Amino acid sequence: MAEASPYAADALIPHTVEPHPVTGIPNGKLGIWLFLASEVMLFGALFSSYVVIRTTAAHWPPEGGLSSEILNVPLATVNTAVLITSSITMVLSWASLKMQNVPRFRLWLGATIALAFVFLVIKYFEYTHKFEQGHFPSHDNFYAIYFTLTGLHGVHVIGGIIVNTFLLTAGSRMWATEPERFTNRIENAGLYWHFVDLVWIFLFPSLYLL
Amino acid sequence: MATTHETTSHEEFKKHLGKYYVVFVALLCLTAITVGVSYLHLNRPLAITVALIIACVKAGMVAAVFMHLLDERKVIYAVLILTVAFFFLVLFLPMFTIVEGSTV
Repeated sequence: MAEASPYAADALIPHTVEPHPVTGIPNGKLGIWLFLASEVMLFGALFSSYVVIRTTAAHWPPEGGLSSEILNVPLATVNTAVLITSSITMVLSWASLKMQNVPRFRLWLGATIALAFVFLVIKYFEYTHKFEQGHFPSHDNFYAIYFTLTGLHGVHVIGGIIVNTFLLTAGSRMWATEPERFTNRIENAGLYWHFVDLVWIFLFPSLYLL
Repeated sequence: MATTHETTSHEEFKKHLGKYYVVFVALLCLTAITVGVSYLHLNRPLAITVALIIACVKAGMVAAVFMHLLDERKVIYAVLILTVAFFFLVLFLPMFTIVEGSTV
């Protein structure tokens, strides 16, 4: 890639490692934060819808009882712990790279991906149990907002798995040529992953416990 | 100050690693507290307040330590302040349209 065509230099996006003189950070980091800002608005709009639907409902959940009786709190609690654990393994994988320890980096990033799969498997059991009972998003407003919010969050978990798997496999070749740039990529992937954890921190009590 | 660059960064990192584990344990404890409080069956306004406060503390810890917001550049803070402002706008704007006693 380094000895590519003379036009290659024009295609390079500058400031992948050294901070941009105006922002004081590499472009990738600003990019991921702007992306997360748009994500806040995406989840924010749905969360706002949830608040409106809930505050105007005669009873919540509409079919009676409590959210904690309808949804599986123990499974969701385990899933919260799984996601929190995956956040620390993610940050440890970045820290390992900072300390030039590649085997450790692989171990922690692998663990992060594995935990993301555990989260999805638990979610799969929760969903199928609801479907078996005939509770689909169309059942009532409670299930509509439950499936929309947790579904969108689940899609984000899948997105994280895809990115992290790339960075663990083919993407990790960059470490040999541009170690700092690769470390920044892991940091940015981590910022996204912590955001996914952060969203769940609000979804869990809002949907399951209250 | 007499230490070499390498040892300082390694020591700094050890401090960081310690922080990560402390936050990790705190997050697990706060999760347990949230679930525990939900079994007390407090009245709804109180339950919502307690759960949201705990969630905000957890989110703050994730953002401050895992996402390194404690020592981040001004431009990120600027982006986040704007985001938070618009988030609350989106959250509270529909409230003004809710008429007492109406149902969706």
